[in-house]
Amino acid sequence: MTQEIIIAGFGGQGVLSMGKILAYSGMMQGEEVSWMPSYGPEMRGGTANVTVILSDDRISSPYLKLYDTAIILNQQSLDKFESTIKPGGVLIYDPQGITHHPSRTDIDIYQVEGHKLASEMGNRKVFNMIVLGAFLKIKPIVDLDNVMEGLKRSLPDRYHHLLPLNEDAIRKGMKSVIDYKSENQLMSEQH
Amino acid sequence: MAELRLMKGNEALAEAAIRAGVDAYFGYPITPQSEVIEHLMAERPEERTGMIVLQAESEVAAINMVYGAASAGKRVMTSSSSPGISLKLEGISYLAGAELPAVIVNVVRGGPGLGTIQPAQSDYYQAVKGGGHGDYKLYVLAPASVQEMADFVPDAFEIAFKYRAPVMILSDGMIGQIMEKVELKDQVERLTDEEITEKYGHWATIGKKGRKERNIITSLYLNPEELEERVNKLVKKYEKMEEEDLRYEMIECEDAEYLIVAYGSSARIAQKAVQLAREKGIKLGLLRPITLFPFPKKQLLKLSDQVKGILSMELNTGQMVDDVRLSVEHKVPVEHYGRSGGIIYTPEEILEVLEKRIIKDGSIRHNKTGEPSLL
Amino acid sequence: MTDNALTYCPGCGHGTAHNITMEVLEELGIGDETIGVAPVGCSVFAYDFMNVDMTQAPHGRAPAVATGISRTWPDKYVFTYQGDGDLAAIGTAETIHACNRGENIVIIFVNNGIYGMTGGQMAPTTLEGMRTSTSPYGREIESMGSPIKMSELVAQLPGTYFVTRQSVHTHKNVRKAKKAIKKAFENTRLRKGLSFIEIVSNCNSGWKMTPNESNEWMEENMFPMFPLGDIKVNGKLKQAS
Repeated sequence: MTQEIIIAGFGGQGVLSMGKILAYSGMMQGEEVSWMPSYGPEMRGGTANVTVILSDDRISSPYLKLYDTAIILNQQSLDKFESTIKPGGVLIYDPQGITHHPSRTDIDIYQVEGHKLASEMGNRKVFNMIVLGAFLKIKPIVDLDNVMEGLKRSLPDRYHHLLPLNEDAIRKGMKSVIDYKSENQLMSEQH
Repeated sequence: MAELRLMKGNEALAEAAIRAGVDAYFGYPITPQSEVIEHLMAERPEERTGMIVLQAESEVAAINMVYGAASAGKRVMTSSSSPGISLKLEGISYLAGAELPAVIVNVVRGGPGLGTIQPAQSDYYQAVKGGGHGDYKLYVLAPASVQEMADFVPDAFEIAFKYRAPVMILSDGMIGQIMEKVELKDQVERLTDEEITEKYGHWATIGKKGRKERNIITSLYLNPEELEERVNKLVKKYEKMEEEDLRYEMIECEDAEYLIVAYGSSARIAQKAVQLAREKGIKLGLLRPITLFPFPKKQLLKLSDQVKGILSMELNTGQMVDDVRLSVEHKVPVEHYGRSGGIIYTPEEILEVLEKRIIKDGSIRHNKTGEPSLL
Repeated sequence: MTDNALTYCPGCGHGTAHNITMEVLEELGIGDETIGVAPVGCSVFAYDFMNVDMTQAPHGRAPAVATGISRTWPDKYVFTYQGDGDLAAIGTAETIHACNRGENIVIIFVNNGIYGMTGGQMAPTTLEGMRTSTSPYGREIESMGSPIKMSELVAQLPGTYFVTRQSVHTHKNVRKAKKAIKKAFENTRLRKGLSFIEIVSNCNSGWKMTPNESNEWMEENMFPMFPLGDIKVNGKLKQAS
C-alpha cells in the first residue's frame, strides 16, 4: 500500500499540522511516512501545502506530479491541484468560499463542511480535524487509535486536555462527508 | 535504546549531533536550515551533555569559532545554507590548510546571490571542487533522507578525525525540511578533557602542559618547499579517502540498459523514476553517489560497458555531470537534465526526458542536433 | 620566549610587547595552560617567538577563534595578539562581538597606525594627514574617515571588564604595560570577562623614520589622538579627565 496525499489551503488553516498528524498516525501504525511542506514566505498568510506519503515500502520521491488524494481547503488550491489527482483518485474539499467547483468526472469528489461544523462545535481550531475525519472515512488507511496516538505524539503535553475535543471533531468529520458527485447528480435530476 | 521519531531533516541532524557526543556547535540562522540551531537551543545540550551551542554574529565568525575549537581538539560543527557557506569558505580553506577536523553542513538553496530559499543542488562545484582558495578538497557526504541526516553526523566526525580534515554534509532544502521517521542512536558520551589531551594532545593547541614542545596550528608556509610538502601531504590524504572511504549505492543496476546518476534529494526522485520505468519495461538503474568526493569513478566506468546511455540529473544547470563524463571516458553518451530556481522535477518528468533524450530507439539524441530543449 | 631570533624590524615595539606577555605568563605560572591566537599582519609569526601553544587565525578572526577555544576549554587562558588592520578594520565585527559577549579572554591590540606587513598602507588608526602608500598625500578625513579609537569604543560594551591603553617605548611604560597585561590574565583566572589591552606602538620602517625619531613622533602625534591610561577598570568606565 502506498498512499500519496496533497493537503493545500491557506496558511493558518492547520494544513501542515493536519499533515503532521496523518504522518504521525502512519508511523504509529508501522508505516514508512514522509511529510514535505511548502516553506518560506508563502506560509505567512499565503497558500500552504504539504505532501504526505504513507507506504509499506521505503518512500522514494517526496515530490510528485500526481496524487492519490487531494485535500483542498481554498479556491486557489482547488484550481492548482484538481488536475494533479490520479484518475480514479479522490478529492475532498470544504465548499466554504468555493465559487468554481471541481469538474472532473474521472475522480471521486467529496465535500466536508469543516468550517461550518467547527463553528457549530464552538471551536474553529478543530476545523482541520473535521477534514481529517472526512479523509479517514473515505480512505481508512490508519486506525482511529493510531490517529489518536499520533495526535498525542504531535501535540505538546500542555495541549493534551484537548485530545477528546479533537477526537470528537474527527468523528464528526467521518459522519459528515458528502458524496459531491451523487449530490450533484441528484440536483441535476431534480432540475 | 534507539528511539523512533518523526522529525525534519534539520532537527534530526541537530539531535544526532547531541547524541554523537559533539562538543560544540557555532552557527548563524539562515533559511532553510535554521531548525538546526533552533533545535539545539531548545534542547539545552549544555545541560544534557555539556555541548556548547553559540549563535555567532556572522557565518564568518561561526566558522572561525569552529576553527578555534577544532584547533583545540574538540568535536565541533557548524551549519548554514548556500550564501552563508560562501562566507565560510575562507575558514574552510584554513581548516583544510591547517589540517583540522570539523564538520560543516550545507542545506543548499538556489543561487547565485540571494537566490531563493527553495531547494537546489547548485553548490556541487563549491563543495566538491574546492570553493575556497588553494589546493584542497572536502570529503563530501550527500544525505538523501532524514535518517541519513542523523546517521551522517557521527560518520562525518569519524572521517574528520581519521584524516584531520574538514568534512562537509551537503544536504538541501528538501532533505532539511522534510519530515520522516528516524531512528535516533543512543547517546554517546563526549570525550573528557583528559581523553582529548591523550588522543590529540600531540597536535592540538590546548596548552603545552606535559609536553616539551609547544603545538602550533597554522596554514602559513612561506618557504616554497615546505608548502609544497604540505600540499602533497594533503593530496595523499585525498588519495587515501578515495581508496578507503568511497560510498555509493546502486539500485536496479544488475540488468540495467540505461542509467541515472543522481545524489541527495535528486536520487529520491530518480528512484521513483526507476520504478516507473521498470513498470513500462524499461531497464533503468540508478547509481547514487553517497560521497561526492570521493566520487564513484571506477563503478561508473564499469557500468559504462553495460549501459547504452546515462542521464545525470541534478537540481542545477550541470555540475556533477562533469564528473560523470570524466568517469566514463567517453565510452557512453552522457546527458544532463536539471531544473533550477528552486523548482524540483517530478519522477514523470525525468522518465519523459530519459525516453526522449537517452532511449529514442536505443540511440542517443545528442545535444548538438538542435532539437529544442524540453525546458 | 623561544630561542628563535626575532624577525621584526630593529626598533619595532612588537618584540617588547611579546616579551612582556610571555614574562607575565611565566610569573603567573600559567604558560602551560595558555593558548595564544596569532593574527595576520606583522605579528603573524608571533607563534615563532611566543613559547606557548598557538593557533594562527585568518585575517581579523582571532577573537572568534579565541571564542571557540575558550568556550570549549573554559579553564584555560586564551589570548589574541592583533594589529590595527586585523582588529580594527577587517575584524571589527569579531572584535565588537567577542567584547560584547564578554568572552573570558585577553585581547592584546598593538596599534601603530599603519599596515606594516604589506608595506605601509593606510590603517583604520592612521592619523589625519599621515602619509602612507595608500594615502600618499596624507589621510583625508572627508574621503577616508577618521582614525578609529577602538579602546574607547569597546569600553562602552558591558562585556568588557578591563580596557586600557599602554605603550612600550620607555622603561617606565614597559613596566606599566606589563602590569596591565598581568591584571588582564588575572581577570581571566577570576572569570571576569574580556580584558582589552591596547599598546600604542611605532612602526619606524612604515613611518620611514629612525627608531628614536619614530618614538618621538609617536609621543607628539599618536598619544594626543590615542591617550595612554586606563579607560575601564573592574567593569567601570573611568571618568574622562
